[in-house]
Amino acid sequence: MSGAREAILGRIRRSLPAHRGADPAARLSHPRRNLQPARVALSREGLVDLFVRKTRAVGATLARVDGAADVPGEVARYLRERNLPAEVAIAPHPDLDAMDWSSGTVSARRGRPLDGDRCGVNLAVGAVAETGTLVMASGADSPATMNFLPETHVAVVREGDILATAEDVWDRLRSRARTPPRTVNMITGVSRTGDIEQIIQTGMHGPRYLHIVLVKEA
Amino acid sequence: MTLHRLRSAAFPASAIRALGDRQLQSNLSRLKGNFLERRAWAMASLPEFDALRDEAVAIKDHVLEHLDTYLEAFESAVAAGGGEVHWARDDAEARRIVLGICRDAGASTVTKGKTMVSEEIGLNEWLESAGIEAVETDLGEYIVQLAGEAPSHIIAPAIHKNRRQVSELFNRHHADLEDRDADDLDGLLADARTVLRGRFLAADVGITGANFLIAETGQTVIVTNEGNGDLTQLLPRVHVVLAGIEKVVPTLEDVSTMLRLLARSATGQEMSSYTTFSAGPRRDGDADGPEAFHVVLVDNGRSALLGGATREILRCIRCGCCLNACPVYGKVGGHAYGSAYPGPVGAVLTPSLAGLAETAHLPNASSLCGRCEEVCPMRIPIPRMLRHLREQEAQSGRAPAAVRNGLGLWSAVAARPRLYRRLTSLAAGVLALLGRRRGRFSSLPLARSWTGTRDLASPQGRSFQSRWHAGERP
Repeated sequence: MSGAREAILGRIRRSLPAHRGADPAARLSHPRRNLQPARVALSREGLVDLFVRKTRAVGATLARVDGAADVPGEVARYLRERNLPAEVAIAPHPDLDAMDWSSGTVSARRGRPLDGDRCGVNLAVGAVAETGTLVMASGADSPATMNFLPETHVAVVREGDILATAEDVWDRLRSRARTPPRTVNMITGVSRTGDIEQIIQTGMHGPRYLHIVLVKEA
Repeated sequence: MTLHRLRSAAFPASAIRALGDRQLQSNLSRLKGNFLERRAWAMASLPEFDALRDEAVAIKDHVLEHLDTYLEAFESAVAAGGGEVHWARDDAEARRIVLGICRDAGASTVTKGKTMVSEEIGLNEWLESAGIEAVETDLGEYIVQLAGEAPSHIIAPAIHKNRRQVSELFNRHHADLEDRDADDLDGLLADARTVLRGRFLAADVGITGANFLIAETGQTVIVTNEGNGDLTQLLPRVHVVLAGIEKVVPTLEDVSTMLRLLARSATGQEMSSYTTFSAGPRRDGDADGPEAFHVVLVDNGRSALLGGATREILRCIRCGCCLNACPVYGKVGGHAYGSAYPGPVGAVLTPSLAGLAETAHLPNASSLCGRCEEVCPMRIPIPRMLRHLREQEAQSGRAPAAVRNGLGLWSAVAARPRLYRRLTSLAAGVLALLGRRRGRFSSLPLARSWTGTRDLASPQGRSFQSRWHAGERP
């Protein structure tokens, strides 16, 4: 359909003025930040507190643990408290693999989630304090469906991965790879809808419950 | 180019029908309390909101000025990620491209995330006529699809339905499930989840829209609360993104600025639950994701607007905020507009894309109160453009003789101040005399369309101008 491409670009060019402002090439090669909200002008601890507050405001629950070794125990505790089966699907991430899932009371299956899985566990690549948003990047060690298929989503977040704004997350992702991950999921709270009489209901297509395990790092 | 199922020519009749529909009036009354109050809260919690609006306007104006360059950059970035960009001059070409992709994939079922462009080009009917089942998965879209209707609000497609109407639809269509009581909202939700989960898992192709396209990275962005757009694009073998050419923004930084405005303006959330950036098909080692990734860029009249008087409508990010603020939309609802794009934004966009011949009522479906421009995160001067479209229609000579003559008479009087003052003083005096006893008129010759639904207060005897000249000040 190269005919259509040329026709559309030609129509655009004919509609635009001959003299145009600022150069797009520079803007693309050197992305620059726009205004950053003042609410994130905080210390490290302040950012962590803001993140915790914001996630709770959007209907997530959050538990803080002292180290990675405590994550499986917290997941087991959460499932017990919610009276859910002690079975989870776990993203095949090396950092999650390094945790001891065998000694606890949870039976863990490593890999992408299946339709019947009630609870999925994965690891955030970053988090945004400004809005209480989790950032998940898809990859061999992080199936994107883990964020959506199970009714309960447990997301592990390292305190050091909590950044002020989305722009900080983009910088981090750019520093790691030249091209963006195939899928980046920004998650702020649980699946919800207001499509019946504008009444907010949770658990429409994605998770009804989002539990964040925040790991303090040494 | 055409807009699918365009019925804007019937606006006056549709509006009158809507005003007399008590069920619709009661359903529409939920709009204000919910969306506008939440929006006010979300704005108040971000002191930079207005400054961000200014920046977003500048970003979008810059993009529109370099639209060709940014579209080409987007195209090569998508290709670098293993995806394919298709260009569609009009609705027919867009439908052919999507059908071609579906046929190549051997598709029998397609799931769909919410996309306005799909409504604009009439994709569902086209796919169905080719033997491919298209299933809407956004709850509101699913409800209107079951009802055989069109969405009536950009972000709340089933705003015109209540729980009783939804439960009746579900009970009729969910044959395998037990009937639900209208007040069992959890049950209705659970049924939709169960039925649509099966659809997600069985679909061959997933079609979504795009809130933004990022030129820098080739990512397409969707913003949803339900997660349906994600299951639509992650589970089937092929993901097709339908997007208007105006959706492109330069960088991740720029999209981040827009995102601070979008959800706040739409639903009053700081962020919608899911904001998803997609950059191509499944990669080596990936355990999920589509095997193919297509982006269909749809022009369908947009490029022609770039140099014209309604150019700023291309800044629109489809938050639906102007619909919520509009007193006309709030009374007649979305279907009366007879277009995929209802409300104030639709009253500009529909005639701009489809021409005024069949849509001239829409620019008149406004009191020009200006609330749409006031709330618009992209500061689109909707009232100015509505006036421009009215002017264009008046100059076209299409208006009925009675309207043209009436306006001619009015302008002849209004352009002669002394005559105008004399006539208005006379009218005010006569009406004051006649209405002295009751203080209002419940019927008046030549003013039936006013007095048919409300009384006209009778003038107090002197015109505004004569009181002003006599030194009275408010």
